[in-house]
Amino acid sequence: MKYQSQKVAYAYFMVAMGLFAIQVLGGLLAGWIYVWPNTLSELLPFNIVRMLHTNALIVWLLLGFFGAAYYLVPEESERELFSVKLAYIQLAILVVGTLGAVGSYLVGIHGGREFLEQPLWVKFGILVAAVIFLVNISLTVLAGRKTAITNILLMGLWLLSLLWIFAFINPDNLSLDKMYWWFVVHLWVEATWELVMAAILGYLMLKLTGVDREVVEKWLYVIVALALFSGILGTGHHFFWIGTPGYWQWIGSIFSTLEVIPFFAMMSFAFIMVWKGRKNHPNKAALLWSLGASTVAFFGAGVWGFLHTLHGVNYYTHGTQITAAHGHLAFYGAYVAMNLAMFTYAMPQLKNRDPYNQVLNMASFWLMTGGMAFMTFVLTFAGTIQTHMQRIVGDYFMDVQDQLGLFYLMRLGSGAVVVLGALLFIYATVVVRREVIKPGPVAVPGE
Amino acid sequence: MSEILTKSRARNVFYGGSLFFVVVFVAMTAHSHRFIVNTSTAGMELTDEVRQGKHVWERHSCINCHTLHGEGAYFAPEVGNVMTRWGVLDDPEGAYEMLDGWMKAQPSGVEGRRQMPYFELTEEETKALSEFLRWADQTDTQNWPPNDAG
Repeated sequence: MKYQSQKVAYAYFMVAMGLFAIQVLGGLLAGWIYVWPNTLSELLPFNIVRMLHTNALIVWLLLGFFGAAYYLVPEESERELFSVKLAYIQLAILVVGTLGAVGSYLVGIHGGREFLEQPLWVKFGILVAAVIFLVNISLTVLAGRKTAITNILLMGLWLLSLLWIFAFINPDNLSLDKMYWWFVVHLWVEATWELVMAAILGYLMLKLTGVDREVVEKWLYVIVALALFSGILGTGHHFFWIGTPGYWQWIGSIFSTLEVIPFFAMMSFAFIMVWKGRKNHPNKAALLWSLGASTVAFFGAGVWGFLHTLHGVNYYTHGTQITAAHGHLAFYGAYVAMNLAMFTYAMPQLKNRDPYNQVLNMASFWLMTGGMAFMTFVLTFAGTIQTHMQRIVGDYFMDVQDQLGLFYLMRLGSGAVVVLGALLFIYATVVVRREVIKPGPVAVPGE
Repeated sequence: MSEILTKSRARNVFYGGSLFFVVVFVAMTAHSHRFIVNTSTAGMELTDEVRQGKHVWERHSCINCHTLHGEGAYFAPEVGNVMTRWGVLDDPEGAYEMLDGWMKAQPSGVEGRRQMPYFELTEEETKALSEFLRWADQTDTQNWPPNDAG
């Protein structure tokens, strides 16, 4: 840690990991309710549990992005943050807003647009926090060295904050509501967040592999260009069946197919940088997470996205467990794992104790990734059966669901493994103090 | 490649290309906006009752169990075509009675079956909700879903 103000990232990462724990436990409960549906059905109905699961995810990923920005911008700009105090005020607003949202969900006060259920005052809180953040980070960057990494990171964060405006726009016409809702949801996760993800990945590659900055930054521009060229019109794959014109079926199919390319590019970028790089960075766990994130993002967002994105396929699979399978692996690979890569890289330095035992951290990677992959497979099978029975044969929804019990049981099991991995990650990152890197006995030549 | 594609060229392609796609996207959504208002949802008037029904739908976060036009949670049935499924799409009175009967029967309490909560709705709210669901059902969704099962 070269700059004192980078320390604010520590608070952001800690809060993010706390919410991460809530998110996966909420997911576990939801998975449990799928198998034993009478659980808590009157006290804490499924819709509330799901709200907690998705909202906690979104907020902790954003906190992770903010923390990552506060961590890497001073190093990139070669100066202290504009204001440490503002950064803590921003965090306080977000924590109060999050607790307020959780509290009001539990007593049944919430909006009704999926993922944007936060009460209005929380939405405003998020807006204020975003403005504080943008001011703080932009003033830091403008005063210091400009790099492609900060450039792309800032562009992603500015655009995603601007798109938040659409969280306040809720037309009475349901189809218009849906169309503008995607301006937040799709243009976050399949456009602007990809810029943030690419910037963080670029920074990690720079630090972990020691490849020339010029090479890393050129790659980055190519990746984010591919992301936006495909992702913006790729929004069309959500405009197939919501009352929007038929031409979106072609635009959406073509451009969302192209959305696979930036994820392939990101994965290739990560592996090529590691092969090219000569630096042997001691933080092997961060390297594992970086490579893992870009690989799982390619499969989850890229391959599993393509699986059901062509309109002829989507006509039958839309809104089945196929969508759930894709959603889980894509979010895990692209955004959860990339955030955890950043935490893994930065936390030892923020705690001033690197390098240290990372076996537990790496074990948590395999637990989470293995669990998530298995969950994706079983939900894909469940979704395939559902698509056939419900959309082709025409059996009723609940009759079909009754046939999928075994898959939901296996999903619960894989979810439990993910929770175990997540808790292990938090333990390994926050608690473990023992330094285990002991140089082995030096081999004496001739022995 | 490194001579042709320099970093500054890559950056310029990124900025220029993104701007181009943003412009195309905005133009297409503007057209779609008009299409929705004038064509695809024009089959039934967007009355105050339908508006109120949408608020009832939102206030109880129905979307986090059900899907509506295929979007939402996958825990409970699609409701974008529920009025067709019930055979009451063109019958406001019948639609209200079906919905009211359904809502009042929840939760079923059947062991091992997914439970829909009981929602405290006034007659006016239930009526509004059923009109909202009828309104949603008449939307031209390019023939989705493939059948009445939703």
